[in-house]
Amino acid sequence: MAKCKSCVVLPFLIGLVASIVLGWWGFPKVLYSQKTQPIRFDHVVHVDDQGIACEDCHAFRDDGSFTGLPTNENCVGCHEDVQGEDPDEARYVTEYVEKEKEVAWLVYQKQPDNVYFSHIAHKDKFECTECHLDVATMSTPPVFYENRLSGYSKDTMKMWQCEECHAKNGASNACFVCHK
Amino acid sequence: MQAHNFKVKWGMVIDLDKCTGCGACSVACRAENNLPPEVDAGNKLRTADWMNIYELSNGKPFPEHEVAYLPRPCMQCGKPSCSTVCPVVATTKDEEGGIVSQVYPRCIGCRYCMAACPYHARYFNWFDPIWPEGMEKTLTPYVSARPRGVVEKCTFCHHRFNAAKEQARINGEDPTALPEDAYIPACAEICPTGAIKFGDLNNAEHEVSKIAASDNAFRLLAKLGTDPQVYYYSKREWVRKLGDNYLKNAKGEDHV
Repeated sequence: MAKCKSCVVLPFLIGLVASIVLGWWGFPKVLYSQKTQPIRFDHVVHVDDQGIACEDCHAFRDDGSFTGLPTNENCVGCHEDVQGEDPDEARYVTEYVEKEKEVAWLVYQKQPDNVYFSHIAHKDKFECTECHLDVATMSTPPVFYENRLSGYSKDTMKMWQCEECHAKNGASNACFVCHK
Repeated sequence: MQAHNFKVKWGMVIDLDKCTGCGACSVACRAENNLPPEVDAGNKLRTADWMNIYELSNGKPFPEHEVAYLPRPCMQCGKPSCSTVCPVVATTKDEEGGIVSQVYPRCIGCRYCMAACPYHARYFNWFDPIWPEGMEKTLTPYVSARPRGVVEKCTFCHHRFNAAKEQARINGEDPTALPEDAYIPACAEICPTGAIKFGDLNNAEHEVSKIAASDNAFRLLAKLGTDPQVYYYSKREWVRKLGDNYLKNAKGEDHV
């Protein structure tokens, strides 16, 4: 039997706080590794300073599919040679353009292979930033949190999120609508 | 089980009088759907052919002997036997168009569906899918490759359905009302004799619904009441009769 109230309450409180800290702060730290993009791509320079529209690099093809991220083919239009002072731009030109190598960009929303997502089915109803990080306003791409167990990005939409939105908007939740 | 009523019902009609058994549909299917090279193609208990071709014979000696070839995709049954027995809801018939889905990561490989399917249209992955070096370049990104231990089947090239809807959307057309030739599976596209027709069975304008209404059209094992979305067509009565398990001493001539 404990002699006083605090002898019971205090260890309990310490344990509770420790568990909360460990679960909410410690575990995510351990679970996710932090990665940075191979090149520090500056959206602000391209969008605000150069006035390039989103669709110039992130476009729909004629068959309705979405290109996603641009390839060197898009970039060499300007970056055949180094344009500015940015060391990352110089690195991009020397390490990728000149060597004809594509940049292995980390995709924050990358879905598993068995998921089918149609951008064109969603683009009239939603802003890009409702699902994607608002990178257009960022000079430095956000940190890429990779789940050490699954290998997927922390920002990859979960199935329950897709289903919830489909249910709320009256879209079908049949398996084959999103799976392949 | 309550059957769904879909506005669009994708269906196939295969003209067995035109089919030469060449196997092009089967080959196109394998390439389109990322089926790996067989480990032992001689062991038919371990092979997979989403579009399998059977040889039919009228059983008569020469010179009356006749053969026909019957390509067999998944029937996309209106009342599927497979989805009702699946313990993990990995296969369902719930999408507009009536294509029976198969979600591979969900499948636990129990193979109840294979036992339930009267058409043997389902296949189990007995081996890891391995493409010899260089062959991996033949993989398409539109169909997910299946691991060992799950069941797979024909999906009427469902990714082509999705692609057709995307095309309709960018053209400003209604993705729920696709024109007749906008969505065609690989087998129907490649068939050199035009024996395989594809379209909406609910649309009277589509050729498939016209042929399906013919007296010479029939469905496999129609007596079971699975209500397949695949029809066959033959002017030869013995071929139509083989579409169902008619006993030699059976009375009546009703073939559906």
